[in-house]
Amino acid sequence: MNRRLFSVIGGALLLAVCTPRDDSTARAAAADTVTVEDVQAGATISGKVKFTGARPTNPKIDMSEEAACKAKYPTAPTAETVVVNANGTLSNVFVYVKAGLPAGATYPAPTTPVTLDQNGCRYHPHVLGIQVGQTLNIKNSDPLLHNIKAKAVKNRPFNVSQPNVTATPTVRTFNAPEVMVPLECNVHGWMNAFLGVLPHPFFAVTGADGSFSIKGLPPGTYTIEAWHEKYGTQTATVTVAGAAPKTQDFTFAAH
Amino acid sequence: MIRAVGRFVGWAVSGAVLLTAYPANRLTAQDTTAGKVVYVKWCAGCHGETGAGDGEAARYMLPHPRDFTGAIYQIRSTGSGELPTDADLLRAVDQGLPGTAMPGWKTRLSDRERRDVVSYLKTFSTFFADTSTHPKALDFGRAPSGGSGAEALRVGQQFYDSIGCRKCHGDLSRGDGPSAPTLKDDAGRPIFAADLSENWRFNGGGSAEDIYHRLRTGLDGTPMPSFSDLLEQKFLTEEQLWRVAQYVRSLSPAETPTVRDVIRAPQITGPLPRSPGDSAWGRVDSYWFPLVGQVIRKSRWFAPAVSGVSVQAVHTRDSLALRVVWDDRSQSPDSSWLTHIGRVFAALAADDSASAPPEPGLWPDQLAVQFPLTIPPGMERPYFLMGNATAPVYQWRWSSQGGAVAGVARGLDRFDPAAGGGTVGAQAVYDHGQWRLVLARALATADTAHELQVRTGRAIPVAFFAWDGSNGEHGTRMAVSTWYFLALDEPTPARVFISPVIAMALTLALGMLVVWRAQRPK
Repeated sequence: MNRRLFSVIGGALLLAVCTPRDDSTARAAAADTVTVEDVQAGATISGKVKFTGARPTNPKIDMSEEAACKAKYPTAPTAETVVVNANGTLSNVFVYVKAGLPAGATYPAPTTPVTLDQNGCRYHPHVLGIQVGQTLNIKNSDPLLHNIKAKAVKNRPFNVSQPNVTATPTVRTFNAPEVMVPLECNVHGWMNAFLGVLPHPFFAVTGADGSFSIKGLPPGTYTIEAWHEKYGTQTATVTVAGAAPKTQDFTFAAH
Repeated sequence: MIRAVGRFVGWAVSGAVLLTAYPANRLTAQDTTAGKVVYVKWCAGCHGETGAGDGEAARYMLPHPRDFTGAIYQIRSTGSGELPTDADLLRAVDQGLPGTAMPGWKTRLSDRERRDVVSYLKTFSTFFADTSTHPKALDFGRAPSGGSGAEALRVGQQFYDSIGCRKCHGDLSRGDGPSAPTLKDDAGRPIFAADLSENWRFNGGGSAEDIYHRLRTGLDGTPMPSFSDLLEQKFLTEEQLWRVAQYVRSLSPAETPTVRDVIRAPQITGPLPRSPGDSAWGRVDSYWFPLVGQVIRKSRWFAPAVSGVSVQAVHTRDSLALRVVWDDRSQSPDSSWLTHIGRVFAALAADDSASAPPEPGLWPDQLAVQFPLTIPPGMERPYFLMGNATAPVYQWRWSSQGGAVAGVARGLDRFDPAAGGGTVGAQAVYDHGQWRLVLARALATADTAHELQVRTGRAIPVAFFAWDGSNGEHGTRMAVSTWYFLALDEPTPARVFISPVIAMALTLALGMLVVWRAQRPK
């Protein structure tokens, strides 16, 4: 079923790319549904999330109960509550468009799934985003029991078990926007992750260089929010016109 | 003709009754209005006016009353995270949730009232308003036969291990797995992994069917996940999951233990069994007594971890031994439970007895056995809560940190150990979530002023107290029982056996005498 859907959409994309197209008719036909081309055509907001102040020490995780996980780390693993990069930026910040998109615009869910992996008794990634209706594949790479619990409030929650390395991932989708859905494992109290569910594709998570980039925004004025699990949220208002890129940095201070 | 009329009248009457009882099959404004009346009167005290689980009594409850606003329900027939069916909600209202403060309302409210209140509590969450997702019960199939056979239980145990149940519930299923101290519900309150050997306390019922349903649906809002995905993923078959349920059922007694008021202590001829593992205990009847939180005197305790004790007793010509067995998830003091204690205190922070919750500490496990100081001649007994100044009690107090002492209590605040700690001996073993403790003493002791002189053939009042240190229990924060009785069998006097023999011999002799006299030639 999934494969067939994939080939149909892939074929459609291929056609779209190969056929010299008339922009105006394509737009008209798509009405309020925003296509991949639209997104590629828009403006980009990018920036860095900086961190100031003393770097907090994340608590060490005692994995002695789970030898198979412990063996995956050369030194004692720590929690990932505050991950400050070498360049003084902050990882695991979820940056997204909170408001400002055209009223009534809908964004079809990508057919590519988002994957969450449980490996070494930690979640990978620790912070992630997904679109409403997009598939979340939950994988277990550890040869032991995890339960994966989504403590959703606007969506229905779930709590399912994965007793061993998964042959087939557990599959779930979300119906409503929700920033953020906490994910946790109760077998291993230290395991947590955060999932941002949005009705559009305009979100990013900062990585090892602390940067983010939100592409394809139509002209407009947007509220951009940066969310961090410990330091809360910050917002900025950014106006884009045409395809001119804009830069918006955020700074979180230690407290 | 008459029959046809009769049938018509029958239909009309039953139709009218149905219509009156249920104006429509669906939820209507009348239902919810009527439901609100029932709710405010009977439910809001715990669940709160707004359904947020924050009623006046909620702060004295652990587990906490359900918060209806999130529409997250533990006991359902639907998949993980799905809304419950009306039948699921009605079942919880009708039967209550064993192991919690939620009673069953089937006999207290009418059918109509219970249906109305179910309709009303669905109005607390917008999830129920979304009619596009009609909750549907899972297809649970039927239990495969032979569930109590050795092979079925072997398969069940194999999958109990392979799907990781032991992680929370423990190797011997007493809720003492390695993850047990870290467990919390969605609101961050502490929650115990179920002790699977006490199925009468399972929230959703204790039958193999109930257990299978919980395995399939999970208990939403708690750490207990659903195992349904594993069927689709071919990790195990439905039959194998049923075997897990049947195995878990087999861990509890066939019948829920009932309370028998009098512990019979037989007299044995061998040596007194002073060790908890002595084989002599296998031949003695066991008596179960429920314990409840001490909520009479400050500081009160609303979250006792020890729900009951099993007691056996034997005596020899001169000594008495009691074996007390109880489930306790931790061998206290145990620092891995400190966070749990903090959560328990935080969840019960509003206990009116203390201005601020105590700091979590490392407390031992404790058990106390209580008797009157002297055997009362009638039914009058000292106050069960450790006596008072005028009617003291005699106690054996055991702690996991330092054995047992005997002494006299005059109320909760005053305990005077007998000289030298009294004469009670104690041997205890902790094994996978269970304490087994033997307390032994001579029937008669020298310190008659501070120790009960035990006698056979009398009903001696006895009561029990338990503290789980790793649940924050110490001092008056404890589990208590009421008075029961201990009766030491009297040794059978020799005349009981000899008298019938003499009587028979005399009868025979008399008979022979009569026969001899009758046959004597005149």
